[in-house]
Amino acid sequence: MSDQEYDVTPDPAVLQKELQEGWDNRGKAPANAPNLFELVDSDLEGDEFEGKRMVMNFGPQHPATHGTLRSVFTLEGETIIHTDPELGYLHTGFEKLGEHMTYQQWVTVTDRMNYLSAINNNVGYAVAVEDLLQIEVPERCQVLRVIMCELSRISDHILCLGLQGMDLGAFSVMLWAFRQRERIYDIIEAVCGARLTTSWTRIGGLMRDVPDFFEDQVYTFLEDFPKLIEEYNTMLTNNRIFVDRLVGVGVLTKEDALSFGVTGPIGRASGVDFDVRRDNPYLGYDRFEINVPVHEEGDCYARYLQRMREVESSLDIIRQALAVLPPDGPVDHPDFKLSLPEKDAVYNDMESLIHHFKLVMLGHGIRPEADTAVYRATEAPCGELGFFMYSDGSDHAYRLRIRPPSFYNYAVFPSLSEGSMISDAVAVLSSLHVIAGELDR
Amino acid sequence: MMEWFAENPVLSGIIKAVVLFAVPMQIVPGLIYFERRICAWIQDRKGPNRVGPIGALQPLADVVKLLMKEDIAPKGVDRAIYVLAPALVFIPSMLAFAIVPVGMDLQVFNPNSGVIFAITIGSFAVYGLSFGGWASNNKYSLLGGLRSSAQMISYEAALFLALMSALMMAGTVDLNVVVRDQIAHGWNIWRQPVGAVLFLVASFAETNRLPFDLAECESELIGGYHTEYTSMKFAMFFLGEYIAMITMSALMVTLFLGGWSMPTFLLTIVHDWFGVAISFDQVTLGTMFWSIVFFSAKTSALLFLFIWVRWTLPRFRYDQLMRLGWKVMIPVALANLAITATVIVLMED
Repeated sequence: MSDQEYDVTPDPAVLQKELQEGWDNRGKAPANAPNLFELVDSDLEGDEFEGKRMVMNFGPQHPATHGTLRSVFTLEGETIIHTDPELGYLHTGFEKLGEHMTYQQWVTVTDRMNYLSAINNNVGYAVAVEDLLQIEVPERCQVLRVIMCELSRISDHILCLGLQGMDLGAFSVMLWAFRQRERIYDIIEAVCGARLTTSWTRIGGLMRDVPDFFEDQVYTFLEDFPKLIEEYNTMLTNNRIFVDRLVGVGVLTKEDALSFGVTGPIGRASGVDFDVRRDNPYLGYDRFEINVPVHEEGDCYARYLQRMREVESSLDIIRQALAVLPPDGPVDHPDFKLSLPEKDAVYNDMESLIHHFKLVMLGHGIRPEADTAVYRATEAPCGELGFFMYSDGSDHAYRLRIRPPSFYNYAVFPSLSEGSMISDAVAVLSSLHVIAGELDR
Repeated sequence: MMEWFAENPVLSGIIKAVVLFAVPMQIVPGLIYFERRICAWIQDRKGPNRVGPIGALQPLADVVKLLMKEDIAPKGVDRAIYVLAPALVFIPSMLAFAIVPVGMDLQVFNPNSGVIFAITIGSFAVYGLSFGGWASNNKYSLLGGLRSSAQMISYEAALFLALMSALMMAGTVDLNVVVRDQIAHGWNIWRQPVGAVLFLVASFAETNRLPFDLAECESELIGGYHTEYTSMKFAMFFLGEYIAMITMSALMVTLFLGGWSMPTFLLTIVHDWFGVAISFDQVTLGTMFWSIVFFSAKTSALLFLFIWVRWTLPRFRYDQLMRLGWKVMIPVALANLAITATVIVLMED
């Protein structure tokens, strides 16, 4: 594994240069940019099959899209000969919001991106801003973030596996997955009060320290969880119908995966041996021994197995992290120019009151140095989740861009689904695990 | 009383018809309730438990809901066929049930063609599904209808060949004689295990239940042929599916699981517990009652299997289903039939 092969950290200077040359860095296209809405499929017209084809809307409301995705299939019988994916049904303007909300406020927006593993987004964003500020969070905070990230990753993966079963008709397995997900939600609720939209991280720390029983709760979960893996093996992994439906379906080659920028479990299932946690460590991930499983086949079944094995690897990381978790210590960065002081101190101490006021009031708060930019990627459950931020020295980013893994993963959907049947397209889509909130952001 | 039935064939026929029509119609709500409870149990949920004691009135609430729903027909439907389709699913399954002996010699009518009548009439259901899919003016429905017609026609062949093997054992198409033959020689599931398995699998396909529910296929075709149906029209499809399930289970019980009979050791248990001596030599009211109990018990067990499988297995892909039907089930069924025929002829000599 060399860094050149899969370089994830583009030089901010290059990005800035690109921004200045053609594209307005707030996303406005230059005059010579291609018009994406004029792409016409001329090869669909005027051949022998004209009139024998059927154009079918797959979504935006369809049970298998698990959100609001839309693809337009051109069918010959049940075989898909052309797929035309359309984005934007869940466009929420998250990036634009980043230009108007302070760094701290925007944490709440990250919850809504990949709502199945909100913690990973919170952490990814916090890490990126901390890189921009060039600070490092205390060790306890780091380890807690790692534990919660991995729990969240497990919950995302097991749901994806369950949905893969559900889309093929095995509905019960999905609900069995939810039983374990509830346990993870319980932990998340104990840690931050919310179950889905967590908003757990703060710039330079956490919303609050975890409760006393946190470790016990995680240990109990670790003991109970392997049952679910056994259930999956019984119900799906060794199920003849399930295996026949997935093996050889939707094969993504390593070259395609690389050229489309597919990362995460989907890339690794195609043989792209790359994991941000291992190859570009953050939050002290380098102190853990991370087992990164890789599959070569690149079909839906490989993606299924990949996620199964990644769940096990995450469990392993949680065990290691719990072992090194400092029993005590601050979870916030000590600099009060960055993190809020204790509430008690705010009420009784002049300095703290001023810090609190400055941090909370609009127009003050966290202000990174002007003309600095950062691109920081973290390993989210779906792949590489990156944040690019350009600071103009004010309390909000001048430009905030997200690299959502689902966007890149969805890009391969047309090439994987073309030539297969509708049933296969459903299997492919569920194995890609596209989250519309993150895709359209 | 038995004599009265024999003396008044018309009246008794009407009574039987009414009762045997009413009973499956009453079983369906119960079956839906049990399906929901069993699937909740499989999935670690509670299931319906609010309407009435332990949720038992939930089917009633469902029916009221379906009746009160607005009956929407989408633009561009072929009105006549659109309305006809649900009936075409519902009526054949009901008619096929009429020839199944639910108790000792207890069936609505016993035509000379016997079980062949049931299978032939049951085949009409495929028209309902494909008409429904075609008339709905919806692409998903169309695909569902196409899939269901191809699937049901393919699996009908396997179903019929498997059924033939059971009929050959008794040498008749009269289902009562088939049952009596099983009383004398043991259940057909032991004598025709291959035939029994094939029949079971084909009946799953015939009733469009998972793993063969490609015509509905919620995650691919939304609802398949019934996507565009609402209100009571949808309920008729639903009812048709469940009655087909009951009919198929009843046929399976009659052909392979001894029908309304029970093996002798179970009869002794009944004798020990209830003090009733049952002999299937002559028709009495008591025997009739117990034969209905046995039949219902076996059918319920099979229905439980239907539900259990549905909430456990994933579904096939369309081409895999066809391959299984034509390349595995039909050749195996033919071979089984040939072997059975040869053995029967050799044993007669």
